[in-house]
Amino acid sequence: MMDTSAQQSKKLMIVDDSNIIRRRIERSQQIDRLEVVGAAANGRDAVDLFRRTQPDVVTMDLTMPEMDGIECVEKLVAINPKVLILVVSALADKATAVEAIEKGANGFLCKPFTDRQLNDALEELLRDA
Amino acid sequence: MLKEAEIRTFVDGTTNYFEVSGRQPATVGSPYLVTDGRPGTYEYTGVIGISGARKGIVYFTAPRGMLTVLLMRMQETDCSEETILDLVGEVANTISGNARRDFGKSFVISVPTVVAHNPEKVTPPHARCYVIPINWRAHSAKLVVCLE
Repeated sequence: MMDTSAQQSKKLMIVDDSNIIRRRIERSQQIDRLEVVGAAANGRDAVDLFRRTQPDVVTMDLTMPEMDGIECVEKLVAINPKVLILVVSALADKATAVEAIEKGANGFLCKPFTDRQLNDALEELLRDA
Repeated sequence: MLKEAEIRTFVDGTTNYFEVSGRQPATVGSPYLVTDGRPGTYEYTGVIGISGARKGIVYFTAPRGMLTVLLMRMQETDCSEETILDLVGEVANTISGNARRDFGKSFVISVPTVVAHNPEKVTPPHARCYVIPINWRAHSAKLVVCLE
């Protein structure tokens, strides 16, 4: 029987200036349903990588050098309005979460997070895919 | 000058960080005021600059032993110097970012600056700083809040 899992998996790009967070996301249980196509440590690199790899799903930090996550979300959505973006940030105020959603993000996970919270957030995002 | 409720925000953020990321709550000692501009550091320090409605710095400082155990609790196998520095910056960033839940969006945080083995490089912008002592799994660390 032909294995269709590779065809069904969504392409994931991880954007965070912390290697630790990037690796935690790569270890998520939901990663079986995702193919990591790249990681970026700032918004500017993320936009370049996004154009080259065309991911379906993005996890996005907000506080980053070069270009912050809110501006990056706006640029990614302008390139591909169908992209699914999960913001993963320590910025815990409601106004920031609302702004991220208004710019086109689909979900918001506040740091620090447990593995289960990350798993649930990605699962919910993929449900919309 | 920080109000008691504002200090509580940072105490709660610190407790929450260790409980969630370290999967074991930290014991936070009574916060105290330092007036000589020398609140002290451990081996590794992550510094966040604060701008907007409030100005100053928030820093988290810890010894390598605590940070190594914290990495292991996060299932991180790489305990290199680079990863330790990444972690100390991420802790400072997370606790400072979480403070916006109470301080609001005008509490603007910078990306972390990390300092290792060089306490002279950590310079509070003014003499009055609040120190929040942290004890976790036999290790001690501190969060220092130095805001106008």
